[in-house]
Amino acid sequence: MTPGRDADPAERPQRVRVTSSRRHAATRRDPRPLTRDLDEQTDLGEVYMAGLMSAQLRLALRVLAFGALGLGGLPLLFLLVPATRTLDIARIPFPWLVLGVLVYPVALLVSRYYVRQSERIEGEFSQVVSGS
Amino acid sequence: MNTAFGLTAIILVCVVTLAVGAFGLRLSRTTSDFYVAGRTVTPIRNASAIGGEYLSAASFLGIAGLVYTSGFDMLWFPVGYTVGYVVLLVLVAAPLRRSGAYTLPDFAEARLESQRVRLLSSVLVVAIGWLYLLPQLQGAGIALQLITGAPSWVGSLVVVVVVVANVAAGGMRSITLVQAMQYWLKLTAIAVPGFVLLAVWLGDGSPAPEVATTSGSHWAEPLSGFGGQDHPVYATYSTILALVLGTMGLPHVLVRFYTNPDGRAARRTTLTVVALLGLFYLFPPVYGILGRVYLPTLPEGVRPDAIVLALPTAVLPGTAGQLLSAALAGGAFAAFLSTASGLTISVAGVIDQDLLRGRLRRITGEDATVVQGFRVATVLAMAVPYAAARVVEPIGLATTVGLAFAVAASTFCPLLVLGSWWRGLSTVGAAAGLVCGGSLAAGAVAITMVGGPLEGWPGALLAQPAAWTIPIAFAVAILVSLATPRRIPRHTSRTMVRLHTPEELDLDRAPGHR
Repeated sequence: MTPGRDADPAERPQRVRVTSSRRHAATRRDPRPLTRDLDEQTDLGEVYMAGLMSAQLRLALRVLAFGALGLGGLPLLFLLVPATRTLDIARIPFPWLVLGVLVYPVALLVSRYYVRQSERIEGEFSQVVSGS
Repeated sequence: MNTAFGLTAIILVCVVTLAVGAFGLRLSRTTSDFYVAGRTVTPIRNASAIGGEYLSAASFLGIAGLVYTSGFDMLWFPVGYTVGYVVLLVLVAAPLRRSGAYTLPDFAEARLESQRVRLLSSVLVVAIGWLYLLPQLQGAGIALQLITGAPSWVGSLVVVVVVVANVAAGGMRSITLVQAMQYWLKLTAIAVPGFVLLAVWLGDGSPAPEVATTSGSHWAEPLSGFGGQDHPVYATYSTILALVLGTMGLPHVLVRFYTNPDGRAARRTTLTVVALLGLFYLFPPVYGILGRVYLPTLPEGVRPDAIVLALPTAVLPGTAGQLLSAALAGGAFAAFLSTASGLTISVAGVIDQDLLRGRLRRITGEDATVVQGFRVATVLAMAVPYAAARVVEPIGLATTVGLAFAVAASTFCPLLVLGSWWRGLSTVGAAAGLVCGGSLAAGAVAITMVGGPLEGWPGALLAQPAAWTIPIAFAVAILVSLATPRRIPRHTSRTMVRLHTPEELDLDRAPGHR
């Protein structure tokens, strides 16, 4: 249900590489803010943009993969394990419980996870780029 | 059913809508100032407005009708409508807001720096908008027919007149507050009778749904022949894809994102939308299930799409049932009016700005004012789907809406996703993707709507085209782009900076090509 919590430890080192503290240190010596590199599309600016975009895209794809497995797996489950089609949980049929009710809170939790993570990525990017 | 109650509720909703439209001129001046300058619309109000516009006839009546007729597999429709916003959130919510685009053609032009792609997008917006307006008008016809016995063209005409009067007068335009109230009105109108009916059902000892088992298909079980079609597994997956990827490409969705102050707020608003839609969609299936309990065979002249309106009087004879039914009829008309208004504004705006303005000026010299042009466009935007609603036999409200989603998913989904994330997208590639995905999906839709459902694999592939048209559209856009690297827009890098960097950074955000 919480895709990132499992995936996070594996992903974290990669993300840190993108906005690494060594670059951060280098910009301190340089009085020129990185925002100008972004504006003028220097190679350095492009590297930072590519880092931001790939971090965000990886997060998005992680969430989508979770959704595709969770939702997309359901018809497959019903197809391959016919017993699940008629399974009752507390007198409510399992398929109706999942698709009629449970999907919605899960979708909300996944969305909230995404919003928090992407805001964190942007926050770190802003911090590094504005040199503060 | 008691005609007086239902009719009163419908007239009340129409009059309130018109009154708001009439006063809207004054109100909208303050509201639009509010939203361009102050932009202090909170995520919850903005999200309610999105929900108010998004929950259409298909949601209010269609889902219950589908669940009633075809059972479990139809639950994928509300799930898809909701999860579509999750996909929109993770792939395009913030970039769309940051692009500064007000409409889909605006985005196409800003990202691809091409008037041709803009024009192509405009044509597609109009096509998808018309396809989506069709079931709103059909739904209104069905609802009014059930309540008053009037022929179905009357109900459609009521919606056309109210919406055209409103939109042409300039009301409903930027009134976030009104659309926001629509959401809560619809939620109340479906939830309160829903709880009452559930209570009665529990009091009756919760009898099980009665299902006439036809040809060994099991109503309550998954994969039981998706709407009576062959190949239910394919149909299930294709429908999921269409709904989940189509939401981002609907004409009236993007406009509301503009009301967010920045990309971050756009994400938070979308998050709230997911919550509000999830809350609403708990209820429609309840009507479908209880319909099976209390109305195992439909009364004469009642379509499955009207089950929501027919159910209360079947469960609760007497005034109580009639009052609940009237509340539902009012809510249903609120759904037709709000969705149709949002769509009409979007479609009319595009017709006016991109397709009509130049031509009108040429015909009339400089006589036609901007406002007149918009009014002509509004009438056009509604006249075509109204004529279509007279000609095309209703194939189920949610099914028609599903087709609109399929076209949107096969055209704007590749454009928005590749446009936001891939620097290699070329002007030619984007145009090829739009043309290819659009003509394949629209062709399949046209065959299904005119020819009726076909047998076997061809029927399944044409009735649910998304599973093959979306991959083809993506593949064409990517391959053609790779073959035409010289046609990558010149300012792509600058546009990417604008789409993806947080607004708090002090960067040059002027569109690169103007």
